Amino acid sequence: MAANKGMQQALVRVKRYLPEEQQKTQSEPFWQEFTVPFDESTSVLDALNFIKEELDPSLSFRWSCRMAICGSCGFMLNGIPKLGCKEFLRNYSVRTSPAQKNTATNTSITASLTVEPLAHFTVERDLIVNMDEFLIHLEAVKPYLIAETSTQKQLQPSLQTPAQLAKYKQFANCINCGLCYSACPQFCLNPEFLGPAAIALAQRYNLDSRDTGKAVRMPMLNSHNGVWSCTFVGFCSDVCPKQVDPAAAVNQGKVESAKSMLIQMFKGSTAHEL
Amino acid sequence: MQQHEFDIIVVGGGGAGLRAAIAAAEAGAKAGSNKAKPLNIAMLSKVYPMRSHTVAAEGGAAAVTRPDDTVEAHFDDTVAGGDWLAEQGVVDYFVRHAYQELVQMEHWGCPWSRKPNGDVQVRRFGGMKTERTWFAADKTGFHMLHTLFQTSLKYPSIQRFDEYFVLDLLVSVQQQVQGVLALEISTGELHMLYANAVIMATGGAGRVFRFNTNGGIVTGDGMAIAYRHGVPLRDMEFVQYHPTGLPGSGILITEACRGEGGLLVNKDGYRYLQDYGLGPETPLGKPENKYMELGPRDKLSQAFWHEQKAGRTGKHHGSDVVYLDLRHLGKAYLYERLPFICELAKAYVDVDPVHELIPIRPAVHYTMGGIETDAHCETTLKGLFAAGECASVGLHGANRLGSNSLTELLVFGRLAGEQAAARALQKGVKVTGLEQESQKLHKKWQTKLHKLTDTSQEARSWVPIKRELVATMETGCGIYRDEQGLQQALDSVRRLQAEFQHVRVGDNSKAYNTDLLHCLELEFSLDVAEAICLAALERRESRGAHQRLDADCTERNDAEFLRHSQVFYVPGKAAKLKWQAVDTHISAPGERLYGSAGSAHAGAAAEVQREPTEFEQKQRGKKEGSSDGGE
Ligand SMILES: Cc1cc2nc3c(=O)[nH]c(=O)nc-3n(C[C@H](O)[C@H](O)[C@H](O)COP(=O)(O)OP(=O)(O)OC[C@H]3O[C@@H](n4cnc5c(N)ncnc54)[C@H](O)[C@@H]3O)c2cc1C
Ligand code: SF4
Ligand code: FES
Repeated sequence: MAANKGMQQALVRVKRYLPEEQQKTQSEPFWQEFTVPFDESTSVLDALNFIKEELDPSLSFRWSCRMAICGSCGFMLNGIPKLGCKEFLRNYSVRTSPAQKNTATNTSITASLTVEPLAHFTVERDLIVNMDEFLIHLEAVKPYLIAETSTQKQLQPSLQTPAQLAKYKQFANCINCGLCYSACPQFCLNPEFLGPAAIALAQRYNLDSRDTGKAVRMPMLNSHNGVWSCTFVGFCSDVCPKQVDPAAAVNQGKVESAKSMLIQMFKGSTAHEL
Repeated sequence: MQQHEFDIIVVGGGGAGLRAAIAAAEAGAKAGSNKAKPLNIAMLSKVYPMRSHTVAAEGGAAAVTRPDDTVEAHFDDTVAGGDWLAEQGVVDYFVRHAYQELVQMEHWGCPWSRKPNGDVQVRRFGGMKTERTWFAADKTGFHMLHTLFQTSLKYPSIQRFDEYFVLDLLVSVQQQVQGVLALEISTGELHMLYANAVIMATGGAGRVFRFNTNGGIVTGDGMAIAYRHGVPLRDMEFVQYHPTGLPGSGILITEACRGEGGLLVNKDGYRYLQDYGLGPETPLGKPENKYMELGPRDKLSQAFWHEQKAGRTGKHHGSDVVYLDLRHLGKAYLYERLPFICELAKAYVDVDPVHELIPIRPAVHYTMGGIETDAHCETTLKGLFAAGECASVGLHGANRLGSNSLTELLVFGRLAGEQAAARALQKGVKVTGLEQESQKLHKKWQTKLHKLTDTSQEARSWVPIKRELVATMETGCGIYRDEQGLQQALDSVRRLQAEFQHVRVGDNSKAYNTDLLHCLELEFSLDVAEAICLAALERRESRGAHQRLDADCTERNDAEFLRHSQVFYVPGKAAKLKWQAVDTHISAPGERLYGSAGSAHAGAAAEVQREPTEFEQKQRGKKEGSSDGGE
């Protein structure tokens, strides 16, 4: 993106953290301000790339698809978890006041926003957080189809009606961006909490008509760090860029969990009769 | 430097890499049952696997499914679609294994879209004779990638190295691949991983061009790495322009839109494709395979170019565009079949497809060429395999049909995994002097990285070089090409390669030095660009996605060019080009026709009587004038 005439100017404040500098100077994470030209089509990701290519090559962040599907570019924008490639500077406009006049370029600032790394994760550098902390939870719920396939069936697809598909489809739309973890007050208090996306993924398979693995997954959901950790704030579903509605998954999980715990109790006393 | 030993290394965590890793794990488990331990597999990726660009594929994956369809028909479509430059034995293997792979995906849980009775649903796709494209709404690649990634978690023998950037191959003096050297992105540390078999699955190189549908990571790394070790890059001149990218960003609007009945119109609302050998116009709501909007991508992109020249394109924020009309499909249908397209159009061009036309224009999409492999996915370098978009196994020829490549990832990813496993289990792979080679390689990269990040030298950014490269490729290697433009592009790329030698990144930190990574990617891209320009320059004919405007080059010329191009790296010098025979043992080269001409030719339908358009007259005139070609 080049700075063309007719473009507006945005003030972008970015939270920086350079671990190696840190060792030398013992300094804290710091804020850096950049003035970035923008038009109707400039996304926050475009702005960050402009900064990297034109103003400060040391600024580090993750991105790839730039079309809101790979889940790489989650940031806190004005304190709210969002995908950088799906948010546009035009939506962060400010009324210009003389105070906001940029003296260096003598242009008025018409938009402003702050960009920080995703909350509740360990920051590795600048806007890059530790994503293994997210993946560990995902992997814990055995997120794959568990089923016995006979040799006969192996040659043909199983049947699944649109209604059966609709049961879990929404939970299969998670792009693993982690925004819901940054929105979750429980994950903030207890990093061991499985969290919204992992629970949604467990439900995605539990609800799949082809899956028989629910019994294997329920112990994780029943555990201390499972569904019962959630205090139902629901902010996770608000910030989800893909309408996965992980809060609904957690709620369904609670119902399932209550059922499965009852069954466990029941089985414990009368298993031999079943 | 940390060192690790494995049996198999997979470079890339996209669809091809994941499928290969799973196949290798399964082959290893089988072998493991009568041996001491199963095969250990390392999978390295410069991004977390689910960020790989397979995630962006929208439309679907092809396999013969309907009872009235045949593998022969899928074969014919693919071979004709590739303008007879596909390896026919490979295509034959592909069409016969496609269905079983999609069923395997189903058994792993892929949420394929269904018919009311629960059967898998198939949709129309460009250049395909009948409905055979499986889809998961309009996020097929996303669902396939996540299904594969999640399934891979079942296999403890697959050890992931997420966010490891592979720099080079370790090759023994006996010219056998013995491992890879990688940079751990989070620490900047170098790792040497050893294995007797390495699979490249690093994806395409669309980012070599300015305007493209690809993610930022699609920079051709694996192609360049193999090429630098003497493996030829084959058919690199064939770069597919997708006819429908969003202006500005290049974000893809899937061909499935047209499969579902979407129309393409110019600024006057006219369905211009009928003027380019794709007519007659099919009625609204009645799309027909291989007609009009369902012609192949190369023809559609070329038609745009002519409309643009004739001044019949519209404008969207300064870009020339034509329009995709989906309005007649209605809201309910659009939200069911094309929900992601509705979301993308709204977010990136502020258009609601239910009520408005989507502005679109061609964008670079896919690299048909790549690392040359044989029919078993093995390269000329012993122990090195390649699969997926980075490879040229010979499936696509001069033009890929949409929805063939997602299936390719599965069919050839699996094959590469099995072949690599066989290689890893082979006894008596003798190598000597590996330690010295390993140290040499390590030293070489240490020095190189040190030089690139040497802050005592003045920083010289890679950014201007990248910008010039992508602009050069767009101008010189566009939808239509000519001698002069290609020569200029090649000269520019070579000059940029020389300039790259002076680049110094401003950031010398170790952890997440993304400035350094982008710089290394650019160096890979420069190699790939040179190969594209050279092959395009030397192919003095028009075939599939490679169309030339200069005299004597505007026609397909089988007598001279029914051959693959191979570009070889020559250290310190200009690359060399050779030609290689094509396997045409099943279907002799014929004329590639679509629309009514195609039907008449196939005897499937009576030719609709009408006046030839100006374009068609010109085409015919050219044909009569030319004497070559075995058509
Ligand atoms: C927008 C879009 C839509 C598409 N739609 C369709 C469709 O509908 N149907 C169809 O058949 N095809 C489609 N295609 C084509 C198809 O999706 C791709 O060809 C295919 O997904 C490529 O898969 P891959 O596994 O080869 O590579 P990718 O998915 O690109 O994966 C490459 C992997 O290699 C890794 N890698 C690369 N370089 C390095 C390095 N130096 N070190 C370590 N790791 C590295 C990356 O991290 C990544 O994991 C589409 C393509 C695009 C761009
Ligand atoms: S549930 Fe939504 S917010 Fe959470 S990781 Fe998935 S896509 Fe992101
Ligand atoms: S870059 Fe892929 S989601 Fe934003």
